[in-house]
Amino acid sequence: MTEDPRATGGPDALQPSAEVSIAAGGHSVSAMSRVGRSLLAAARMETFLIVLLAFVVWWGVKLSPYFLTWSNFGFSIQAVIEISIMSLAMTPIIITGEIDLSVESMVGLSSCVLGWLWASGVPLEVCIPIVLAVGVLGGLFNGFFVVRWGLPSLVVTLATYALFRGLGHVVLGSTVVTDFPASFTNFGFGYVPGTNVPWTLFVFLFLAVVTVAIVHGTWIGRQVFAVGKNKEAARYSGVRVGALKMALFAVSGLVAALAGILLTSRTSAATPDAGLNFTLAVVTIVVLGGVDINGGKGTVPGVILAVLILGTLKSALTEAGISTDYQNVAIGLLLIISVVTPQLARLVRELVDRTRLGRRRPAHDPAPGEVVR
Amino acid sequence: MSEGKPMTAIEGATVKLAPPPVALVGVSKRFGATQALADVSLDLLPGEIHGLVGENGAGKSTVVKVLAGIHQPDAGTIVLDGKPVLIHGPAHARSLGIATVHQEPRLFPDLTVAENVFMGHAPTGRFGSVNWREMRRSAHVFFDSLSVSLDPTAVVRGLSMADQQLIEIAKALSIDARVLILDEPTASLSAHEVDRLFAIVRQTRDRGVAVLFVSHRLEEVFQLCGRATVLRDGRHVVTAPTSELTAADLVRYMVGRSVSLFPRSASKIGDVLLDVKGLTRVGAFRDITFSVRAGEIVGLAGLVGAGRTEVARVLFGIDRADAGEVLLEGKRVRFKTPSEALRAGVAYVPEDRHLDGLVAGFSIAENVSLPIIPRLFPHLFIRGSRERNLAAGYTERLRIRSTGVGELIEALSGGNQQKVVIAKWLATEPRVLILDEPTRGVDIGAKVEVHRIISDLAASGLGIVLISSELPEVLAMSDRIMVLHEGRITAEIPRAEASEERVMFAATGQNAEETHSGA
Amino acid sequence: MALSAPANVRAPSRVGTLIGRAARSREVTLAAVVVVLSMFVWFEAPNFLSSTNLISVTALTAIIVIAAVGEALVIITKNIDLSVESTMGLVAFVVAEMLKGQNIPLPAAWALGIGLGLALGMANGVVITIFRVPSIVATLGTLSIYRGLTYWVANGQEITTSDLPNGYTDPASQTIFGVPLFVILAIAVVIVAALILRYTVFGRQVYAVGSNAEAAATIGVGARSTVFLVFALAGMLAGVAGVLWGIEFGQLYASSASGESLAVIAAVVVGGVSISGGSGTVVGAAIGALFLGLINNALTVLNLPQEWLQVIYGAVILLAVVTDALVQMRTQRAKARSRMR
Repeated sequence: MTEDPRATGGPDALQPSAEVSIAAGGHSVSAMSRVGRSLLAAARMETFLIVLLAFVVWWGVKLSPYFLTWSNFGFSIQAVIEISIMSLAMTPIIITGEIDLSVESMVGLSSCVLGWLWASGVPLEVCIPIVLAVGVLGGLFNGFFVVRWGLPSLVVTLATYALFRGLGHVVLGSTVVTDFPASFTNFGFGYVPGTNVPWTLFVFLFLAVVTVAIVHGTWIGRQVFAVGKNKEAARYSGVRVGALKMALFAVSGLVAALAGILLTSRTSAATPDAGLNFTLAVVTIVVLGGVDINGGKGTVPGVILAVLILGTLKSALTEAGISTDYQNVAIGLLLIISVVTPQLARLVRELVDRTRLGRRRPAHDPAPGEVVR
Repeated sequence: MSEGKPMTAIEGATVKLAPPPVALVGVSKRFGATQALADVSLDLLPGEIHGLVGENGAGKSTVVKVLAGIHQPDAGTIVLDGKPVLIHGPAHARSLGIATVHQEPRLFPDLTVAENVFMGHAPTGRFGSVNWREMRRSAHVFFDSLSVSLDPTAVVRGLSMADQQLIEIAKALSIDARVLILDEPTASLSAHEVDRLFAIVRQTRDRGVAVLFVSHRLEEVFQLCGRATVLRDGRHVVTAPTSELTAADLVRYMVGRSVSLFPRSASKIGDVLLDVKGLTRVGAFRDITFSVRAGEIVGLAGLVGAGRTEVARVLFGIDRADAGEVLLEGKRVRFKTPSEALRAGVAYVPEDRHLDGLVAGFSIAENVSLPIIPRLFPHLFIRGSRERNLAAGYTERLRIRSTGVGELIEALSGGNQQKVVIAKWLATEPRVLILDEPTRGVDIGAKVEVHRIISDLAASGLGIVLISSELPEVLAMSDRIMVLHEGRITAEIPRAEASEERVMFAATGQNAEETHSGA
Repeated sequence: MALSAPANVRAPSRVGTLIGRAARSREVTLAAVVVVLSMFVWFEAPNFLSSTNLISVTALTAIIVIAAVGEALVIITKNIDLSVESTMGLVAFVVAEMLKGQNIPLPAAWALGIGLGLALGMANGVVITIFRVPSIVATLGTLSIYRGLTYWVANGQEITTSDLPNGYTDPASQTIFGVPLFVILAIAVVIVAALILRYTVFGRQVYAVGSNAEAAATIGVGARSTVFLVFALAGMLAGVAGVLWGIEFGQLYASSASGESLAVIAAVVVGGVSISGGSGTVVGAAIGALFLGLINNALTVLNLPQEWLQVIYGAVILLAVVTDALVQMRTQRAKARSRMR
């Protein structure tokens, strides 16, 4: 006799994931291994993303014959490089069920600190490590309140979103520092000589490889998923949840600071407004990439695909002459669409259920494992 | 053994041949590949407490959920006052007069007791506005009639489990229910609270309400119920007056075979592994002293709420003690996190495997390796084969039934899930293993296997602490039994002198040195 | 075992409990802080209490209070609305645009503006309740979509007082019996909202859903309809705030009200509404708005750099949530201790 865990009298039997519970035609999907199953889900998501990417590329090409050139490609990547690396750092944070809204403000703060240090005569080789350290400190600050005090990261990072931005203003005031040396700005703005490959692409590639390796290949990544799926079980299993989250927030801060440096280099300007509206783009990329905002699920390759989509979209929009203000609207729409679309299938199913079976089937969600006839 | 025939009320009242207020007639329910209920018929009579027993997976909770409106039957009907009804959902069930007290209280922690009781049907005053004074007054009246003193203006957050359950019952009664369903209500109650609960349930019955009492604890069924129904594998086995049944009968009907329950092989007792001295945690337990030797099984007996899990949590580093000390193999330890305890060789199989034992969404292999992944993969990168081999080894050793170590943990039965939890902790190669209610929610067949595993572990030199509320289990497995009552050790009983009475005596605090002003 | 206090503990005095309860009440403590801070600011800069200053301070604060009432409702249900600033900005601009050169009667334009706010709130509600999108994500999206709409309506233009009917901004400085009109409006909104929350079934459902949405569903309290209504109301109140914004400032840009979401949420959180839902009052949110408005004004009046405002917002939110966590920890421990007796 196989005991059905879902029918036990115990407190909420473990809820199977959506894919498992809908047993198509009585044939059990649960026989598939977890890796197999998550690959299936990822494949579905990634297929959707690839189609979306193809669509955006097609539209871009319609807008301009230069769209599919290498120079445009290089340019597009550059334009979203900061958001891209921040999305990589944000992914494990969201998988653990937390969020970091303050990343855009850390970009601003680090830009200001860099500008202020430089304007005060500090050599760049010293400025940069200091700025990165500021990023780490900011991340640890977030982590402290989330881990030590157990406060919701939404509120803590909302507060630091204001706090960091404000500190940036305090540090730099209303001045804008622009007299950076060419050696510095060339990195953010320049290309590998003779090619269309921007230097900053290497930063992204390096971080992308590292993130994929850590999240999907190491036991640290395994712990990240464990915490996201069941924080208490992870803790009871010896996972040092607090240390893990602290580290993730610290990395997020570090990467945001790095993004600030790259942005300053690229625009040759250190200003308190650096990074404004980045958080929306970063969250959009991560969510579009298939990471569940509630934690526990997601893939880094999905996020990388989403980065490509956003970069291409922004490029196409710029090509179409749409200003950055409106580009933000497009990103907001993309965010909503990417979270709503998976729900549409469910809604249609529910609607069909309700009308077809009418009186017999009252309106309620299918119980886990309940066969939806 | 009757089914559906009108019954004389046990206390010798007049024979009523009116249709029972609620009955399940030929109800079937399927979840995916599992037939949870097959053609089950059950009737509830007013003024009667009807017990529902069965192993886990027998279908008890499905019966509760069908009556509560959470699930709809695939076949068969629910009959209310002689008329078939379709219960659309929990709210509809309530409006029909069927009140359910689930195992876990579902209250609003930020709201007051009174508001919780009357949520959804608050007394209204002028213009349909909420009448707070009337709510308070009614709540007072209610609690008085139940001989309970709860402050209606108190916020629910922070109230004990027992109090929360009382609020759930008051909630049920406040809608003037004619059917009251209690699903495993005594799981988290102390003996005293159980008595209080039973008094209220009897009162409710005397008012003419039909009560369905679902429980694992057979002694309670005999104490409280007039009739009992046994389910097995989703089917109705028998319904009979409790006066005509014995516990052995019930077990036989539940299991379908006579089972000799607890194999315990002798083991060589070695040195002291764990030494607990005067351990205290304010609000949980005081002055706990005991030791565990290699090869020994020390049972921690007591009623739920006695503080045993709290002791385990301190030993495992989840909580911190306020006083006392713990020695592991002679060395003083003070664990700040479970990972420290793990590394030192202490393992803890928690009470609730769903909440804190297993990670849903992970496979068997991923669950088994979780505590030791830093050790298993010292070079950071995961090698799937190493992990799978580890899990396969334990699957064989513990006889875990599954389609493979890559299978999602949710797909396993309760008993097999529990074995995976044990496997996971064995993989950490502990010196001391603390088991908290290891066979809760596990069917009899798997239970025997789990006990055999525990026995073998002791024989292989582990020191085992067995926390259990099931007396027969504690008595059969332990070399020594420490009994806790309200946070203090009230007895230490060696195996030879142990008996149910003696343990119960100590567990209810009747031989405690300082007697609390009890009732 | 009775649950009343054991006989040997002296029953505390009536006044004692009242004072104790007041001291623990966020609303009272915050109000006290506001009073003390006001006195300090007035001491340092006597022009603080001048009528011109007070009127301008209270006008903006009143606007935030009204938006904060809506936000409080949302947060009590354990959600969040980041889009409030964009709703305010869009409504303000659209109303002004309607009045520019057209002969629409003022009340009609205002009603349309408030209706627009309601519609925007309902859109949020649909995405959140029907499409089951977490409110943080949904309102992050609508924050930029609604702002985009404002840019589109503005089409690069701005609206100045000269575009609007004569005397349009007068109501902002009008007083009734010495109390500014906006303040009276704000107080009215707070009172109505407080009454609804305390005395209507809907109001109690708002708390229930925030406290335990699952339990609410079991009882038949519609979590989804409650949340939808709450977002609709928040949108409507943001619409009111937007209309008042236009009256107060007269000059409107596509970026009007940018950044106000933070002020509104900060006000609500500081005012004692827990981010985990189920508790808090609109009165508290109003006092929180008053507190933050006071700080904002203090910066101006004391000639401190405006940049500190953001830092203060951030610090104040952190302080509020840490205090809440501390208090909760303390009460939990106390309850556990008393149970052990």
